[in-house]
Amino acid sequence: MAALSVAQEDLQMPTPVQVETLIAAALPGARIEVRDTTGTGDHFQAIVVAEQFRGKTLVEQHRMVYAPLRDLMATNEIHALSLKTSAPEP
Amino acid sequence: MSDPILDEIQKVIRENKVAVFMKGTPDMPRCGFSAGVVDILRKHHVPFAAVDILPDPRYRQVLSAYSSWPTIPQVFIDGKLIGGCDIVREMDAKGALKPLLDAASKA
Repeated sequence: MAALSVAQEDLQMPTPVQVETLIAAALPGARIEVRDTTGTGDHFQAIVVAEQFRGKTLVEQHRMVYAPLRDLMATNEIHALSLKTSAPEP
Repeated sequence: MSDPILDEIQKVIRENKVAVFMKGTPDMPRCGFSAGVVDILRKHHVPFAAVDILPDPRYRQVLSAYSSWPTIPQVFIDGKLIGGCDIVREMDAKGALKPLLDAASKA
């Protein structure tokens, strides 16, 4: 029984807070807002405003957010991540 | 040794001004995000090539490794990754997509 509960723990879907923590570690100082859009722990929406984005294209900005989430996305634990990224207003 | 999937991906991107890698087909998309980019491209009446990545699970892996982009759909214009559904929607809303499409269809 104990082993089963550990296995279930491992399979738990990521929470918005976990997703936010991973993004925050990669983009220190960023303003990050993560929502679970379906309540199922695999569809997320994130708004990220980071100084690090300044001068970067949207593709580059999104790649910077995807990078720390690569493992979760490759294993499909995060099935969908809708992103809105920008640099802070000067 | 070359990978036939990678060869096909590169060929589609090279030979089509606008190429979309998606889940399902334009007429029967299997994901809302894929449906979203198809709607936008159709709205602008541009011809585009669409590849369904679902039948072969390796396709997505090879594509994502090639493009450094983890999600589907992926839209390429003139050989360059423009982005996924969020970016295409955002660019369209700002009026930035049409000029790119126009330039591609004229070239």
